[in-house]
Amino acid sequence: MEFQFTEKELAFRAELEEFIKSALPPDWQERARSWPGGYGAMEYDSEQDRKDAESFKQKMVDEGWFTVSWPKEYGGRGLSNMEQAIYFERTSYYRAPSLNIATAIMGPTILQIGTEENKEDWVPGIAKGEIEMWLGYSEPDAGSDLASIRTTAVREGDEYVLNGQKIWSSLAHASNYGWVIARTDPDGHRHRSVSIIVVDNNTPGVAIRPLINIIGVHSFNEVFFDNVRVPARNLIGQENMGFYYLMTALDFERLIVNIGAFKHGLEMLCGYVKRTERGGKPLGADPHVRRKLAEIAARVEIAYLFYWRTATLLDQGKIPSVESSALKLVTTELSRMLANASMEILGPYSMLMDPAQGAPMNGMAPRGYLDCISATIGAGTSEIQRNIIATRGLGLPSK
Amino acid sequence: MDLDLTKEQGFIKSSAREFLKKECPVSTVREMRDDPEGFSRNVWKKMAVLGWQGIMIPEEYDGMGGDFLDLALILEAMGEVCCNGPFFSTVALGAAAIIQWGTEEQKKELLPQISKGNLILSLAVAETHQWYGLDGIQTTLTDTGQDLVLNGAKLFVENAHISDYILCVAQGPGEGLSVVMVDPRSPGVQCSPLNTFAYEKQCSATFHNVHIPRANILGTLGAMREGLEGLQEFAALAKCLETVGVIQAAFEQSVEYAKSRKQFGRAIGSFQAIQHHCANMVVDVDGARLISYQAAWRVAQGLPASVEISMAKAWTGEAAKRVTALSHQIHGAISFCDEFDLHFYYRKAKACETAFGDVQYHLDKTADRLGLV
Ligand SMILES: Cc1cc2nc3c(=O)[nH]c(=O)nc-3n(C[C@H](O)[C@H](O)[C@H](O)COP(=O)(O)OP(=O)(O)OC[C@H]3O[C@@H](n4cnc5c(N)ncnc54)[C@H](O)[C@@H]3O)c2cc1C
Ligand SMILES: Cc1cc2nc3c(=O)[nH]c(=O)nc-3n(C[C@H](O)[C@H](O)[C@H](O)COP(=O)(O)OP(=O)(O)OC[C@H]3O[C@@H](n4cnc5c(N)ncnc54)[C@H](O)[C@@H]3O)c2cc1C
Repeated sequence: MEFQFTEKELAFRAELEEFIKSALPPDWQERARSWPGGYGAMEYDSEQDRKDAESFKQKMVDEGWFTVSWPKEYGGRGLSNMEQAIYFERTSYYRAPSLNIATAIMGPTILQIGTEENKEDWVPGIAKGEIEMWLGYSEPDAGSDLASIRTTAVREGDEYVLNGQKIWSSLAHASNYGWVIARTDPDGHRHRSVSIIVVDNNTPGVAIRPLINIIGVHSFNEVFFDNVRVPARNLIGQENMGFYYLMTALDFERLIVNIGAFKHGLEMLCGYVKRTERGGKPLGADPHVRRKLAEIAARVEIAYLFYWRTATLLDQGKIPSVESSALKLVTTELSRMLANASMEILGPYSMLMDPAQGAPMNGMAPRGYLDCISATIGAGTSEIQRNIIATRGLGLPSK
Repeated sequence: MDLDLTKEQGFIKSSAREFLKKECPVSTVREMRDDPEGFSRNVWKKMAVLGWQGIMIPEEYDGMGGDFLDLALILEAMGEVCCNGPFFSTVALGAAAIIQWGTEEQKKELLPQISKGNLILSLAVAETHQWYGLDGIQTTLTDTGQDLVLNGAKLFVENAHISDYILCVAQGPGEGLSVVMVDPRSPGVQCSPLNTFAYEKQCSATFHNVHIPRANILGTLGAMREGLEGLQEFAALAKCLETVGVIQAAFEQSVEYAKSRKQFGRAIGSFQAIQHHCANMVVDVDGARLISYQAAWRVAQGLPASVEISMAKAWTGEAAKRVTALSHQIHGAISFCDEFDLHFYYRKAKACETAFGDVQYHLDKTADRLGLV
């Protein structure tokens, strides 16, 4: 047992931290407004924010941090999962605009299960940050029940013809390719009849309709496919194996819980409490406030331990499924708890949305109170995570 | 003991629901959030025809002569459609204050106008750096011998920008608290709407050497603390009733959705996880309604109700957060869309909690009454 980093891990952490601090604008923390665990507030406020995010990303590409987790032969450092976990922890703590699902999920998945052609087509572009992808899983009638997707892809010569609809497609409007699951064998078994196909957003027949979320941000979309013709070489891996690949993709998603953002969120709230007086006394002396913050601090610690445990298991070559469901559950419920506590501590001032009108903590609390709704729904709901823990983990019968 | 509504009360509730569903469906909140006034004058007039603004105003001042329970039922129906607009501030705050504190002259002048829907009122209590309750008010009222002069800044003055009078709470002259009616068009008054969580028109209001005629004093100068405490309790209870409507509607909608939405070839309501969510909502909603009705009944009967009100406010506040969060959970991603109405309920539930004392504030008040020290 060793509840501390190794020398090598510490050195990696320090190097990374130095890079992040030097590459981010000094006032970035006052501008980044994403909420830990939420999926809806990813947008930056101004054109300047967007530019700064882009330039940070470019620095990551230039200095080799972008694909740091990839195998050495593909330009990465071949990190251990623990180092990978440290990477996600530090970048999310500093709320660096670094998370790119194509480098984090699709790139590594293709490297593992893709054909040689797939690797040639997609990997270099992903590595340079030129190819960005959105996740085309959910459909109006296939949310928790992903296996019931209805989007079809029919092979015609050296093309697939796609028809159907995706929904909740985050950032589809801000990326250039969809990573789409579609049914390729209408008569096949639920799990052995779908394939992953990469679709260029600019193909005729693709229509992206924006959905504005409850924070007022255009974060996700509906995407319609009307006889969309895609080159057959855009099939990832083998036909009808999509569900298995999806599981691989999910393995790469396991550490992406923005763990550091929770610690950051707690520190932000503690900072507000420290600076604030109420009724002539420091707010930090209020027993209710102290208790709330202490409970959250303990919860953040638990979440971190679940996180490091997942990384440890991955390094041991084990596939954490129950453990990563527990991690997803504990962090996203914490997202809600942190938002609730922030609102309660700000009291009447939690109603102010606009920092220019005096909203405390940069207006983060009410935004977070909205965004945390998405945390326990997106990427597998809390109910589904509990089902996984109970049935897969504990062997409880499902009927 | 009979916990049911009387026939007349049942009628008020069902006709209010019907009217609002037709005239003011929840989608109106979306339309009104970008509207500078924030409500429809047409609907306001129709409410006056039904006698709503005058619901608690005695008949001699052209009101309906109803009691607090009658108002409660209307507020509950408004909660069901997340109705914003000047009803709460005009009727539950402004009219209530004038009925209690007004001189005969003020009542004769103002109450019939409120009943007719010709007056919009708001109440200004909260200030920056102040918390719930009445402590720490820094807005001052000074007596020049001729008239009175008001100076200070207020926050969360609902509808100040469209009010005919702002009922402003100030310190002084001298020690105690006073209430004066301020015409927002007077020199030195500035109001601007704030961007708030539940899209009501909450405003900031500043008063710079505003001259107040003596005729606009409400109640006794410097002696309004106790009265204001009573008014705030009353307002807290009114918020409870609004909250009951908010969570009733969110709950009903969620049960309907659980019955109709299918995943894995069956209604999601057939999964026990969802069933238990719905069952927990029943306890929250019914508990909120019963404890709020009990307090409203006590107020209507003229019985002491402070502790019942605080218990009601604490319970409904907590229940409202749980119920509306579960509603979102049951609905899944669709409820994260602005186009979908559910978030108005989630916002309103939280806004009602923070108005006139949140859960913690009212738990503290309840504990105070337990005689622990
Ligand atoms: C902000 C946001 C971003 C998203 N981004 C993407 C994206 O980029 N790409 C993508 O493909 N998808 C995305 N999603 C979709 C997400 O994966 C789905 O919302 C999620 O899988 C749930 O599906 P649903 O919303 O249809 O809810 P449903 O599956 O209809 O669930 C409704 C309710 O029923 C419950 N339920 C369902 N089945 C069971 C069961 N067996 N047992 C118990 N309870 C059950 C659920 O827990 C939930 O409470 C996003 C969602 C959100 C909110
Ligand atoms: C103090 C006490 C006094 C009692 N007095 C009496 C009495 O006077 N007369 C009498 O006849 N009985 C009495 N009982 C028995 C009582 O009615 C049973 O304990 C009760 O019905 C549960 O049955 P069980 O103990 O066999 O548990 P089980 O039915 O085996 O349940 C075990 C667990 O499974 C859960 N569970 C079971 N079915 C479901 C389901 N469909 N969905 C979800 N969860 C489920 C239960 O909630 C429980 O957590 C008493 C019990 C106690 C504890």
